[in-house]
Amino acid sequence: MSIKVVEGKDIKRDYHVGGGLFRGSRTVHAVKGVSFSVDKGKTLAIVGESGCGKSTLARIITLIDPATSGELFIDGNKVDIAKDGLSKEMRRKVQIVFQNPYGSLNPRQKIGDVLGEPLLINTGKPAEERRDLAMKMLKKVGLGPEHYNRYPHMFSGGQRQRIAIARALMLNPSLLVLDEPVSALDLSVQAQVLNLLADLQDEFQLTYVFISHDLSVVRYIADDVMVMYFGEAVEYGSRDEVFSDPKHSYTKTLFAATPRADVASIKARLAKKAAA
Amino acid sequence: MALLDIQNLVVEFQTASGSFRAVDGVSLHVDEREVLAIVGESGSGKSVSMLAVMGLLPWTAKVTADRMSFNGRDLLKLSPAERRKIVGKDMSMIFQEPMASLNPCFTVGFQIEEVLRFHMGMDGAQRRERAIELLTQVGIAEPAERLNSFPHQMSGGQCQRVMIAIAIACNPKLLIADEPTTALDVTIQKQILDLLVSLQAKYGMGLIMITHNMGVVAETADRVIVQYKGRKMEEADVLSLFESPKSNYTRALLSALPDNAVGDRLPTVSDMLFEPAAGVA
Repeated sequence: MSIKVVEGKDIKRDYHVGGGLFRGSRTVHAVKGVSFSVDKGKTLAIVGESGCGKSTLARIITLIDPATSGELFIDGNKVDIAKDGLSKEMRRKVQIVFQNPYGSLNPRQKIGDVLGEPLLINTGKPAEERRDLAMKMLKKVGLGPEHYNRYPHMFSGGQRQRIAIARALMLNPSLLVLDEPVSALDLSVQAQVLNLLADLQDEFQLTYVFISHDLSVVRYIADDVMVMYFGEAVEYGSRDEVFSDPKHSYTKTLFAATPRADVASIKARLAKKAAA
Repeated sequence: MALLDIQNLVVEFQTASGSFRAVDGVSLHVDEREVLAIVGESGSGKSVSMLAVMGLLPWTAKVTADRMSFNGRDLLKLSPAERRKIVGKDMSMIFQEPMASLNPCFTVGFQIEEVLRFHMGMDGAQRRERAIELLTQVGIAEPAERLNSFPHQMSGGQCQRVMIAIAIACNPKLLIADEPTTALDVTIQKQILDLLVSLQAKYGMGLIMITHNMGVVAETADRVIVQYKGRKMEEADVLSLFESPKSNYTRALLSALPDNAVGDRLPTVSDMLFEPAAGVA
């Protein structure tokens, strides 16, 4: 029996923009009624181009922004942060890793403090225990105890992303939202971070909501795929369904636009060029 | 004869902790009508070697080479003033961040016309006509109105099109594109790549594509150079590079593509780590 860790029903989010002295305000429908659910230990990938509302949806799932309407369930409990606020219990369950590992770590905070802070804020654990847990987590993500007292600028992009992942895991969450976690990284480092995410998912039975615009990464990591276009989920299904038989025209455009790196398509391109 | 011919290029940076060698003995050449891709990770020296060709490196950089000639002229012997006459005219470059490489204080029209005024000495009416023609070529709708737009009023893809318009304004012989699509969405990336390749074919330019994306290489290049830590690992035509990569590093890079995942783990470059010297054929 699979357990639904996160479920959204008809989630909408509007933003009111503009509105000055002489101009009325305008409403932007960033997310227009999206429904989804993710089972424990599975990965849902959300794909789409910039401005399609995928990051807005990520902020709603992470309980940073409230939805304008619709229902969000985390571990079966209905959550509405607009009405009830956010409990520490909920913050413990959902964590996020952001895209840019250079921007998401405080440059004046040592790595040990970065990792200890979620515990300091959300739990009553004493300093000694926080330190032990941070050391353990450093090892889990492939760094060492010698990194505990260093500052973020001493690390490479891939290492920083490991630190961001470690920080997200400190509270032992059940749901991890990954907002383009590898798009700022080199190919070889990207592979290492993806492997790390797969290992951690196995070890802690984590549930991922993985946001990306890179279809090759999505095909590798996802169980289910949702394609978003102008705030709507135009395609939603298992990975194999979506990749083998895309239904919506936008999904097809997206697949056609992805550069192919296999020998057959290079041959086809060169033949076309020679004929021209 | 090759359009751009570089032999044994070395670029060193003077830092507080001694000198750092960013490019270590790279040789390459590009012919007219050819698309060369330079692939590598960050820190592989792929951008620095092209900036050295353009003469855009800061004073802390020391550039040496056995030969660096462009279109029959020795770039090492040119005075800065003479070099400025070539750069932007016969040889031009497109950068990664389209938003950051345009000046936010001036209209796109002004920025396109600036090149035409400096290099071609056109008068106002000619410049405007040429600017409209260029914007049409790079596929911007309503070009005459768009000349008065500021960069912040355009999307990333449109800004990159404007950058391309500036780069091809003087019919260059060589166009260097440094990660031209990295900041863009896949659908826009496809459009920009198609545009670059069609312009290259139409005007018979030499095109150097600097990228870390193997997909972009596969879709555009004739010939490929793989760089790692400032050294050239491999040079091959695009088909043989993907079919039978010779260096271990290229093989590692190709197998790290999520498309090529075997089972549920991706092989990483460090899994296949090797002595860099062994990779040089």
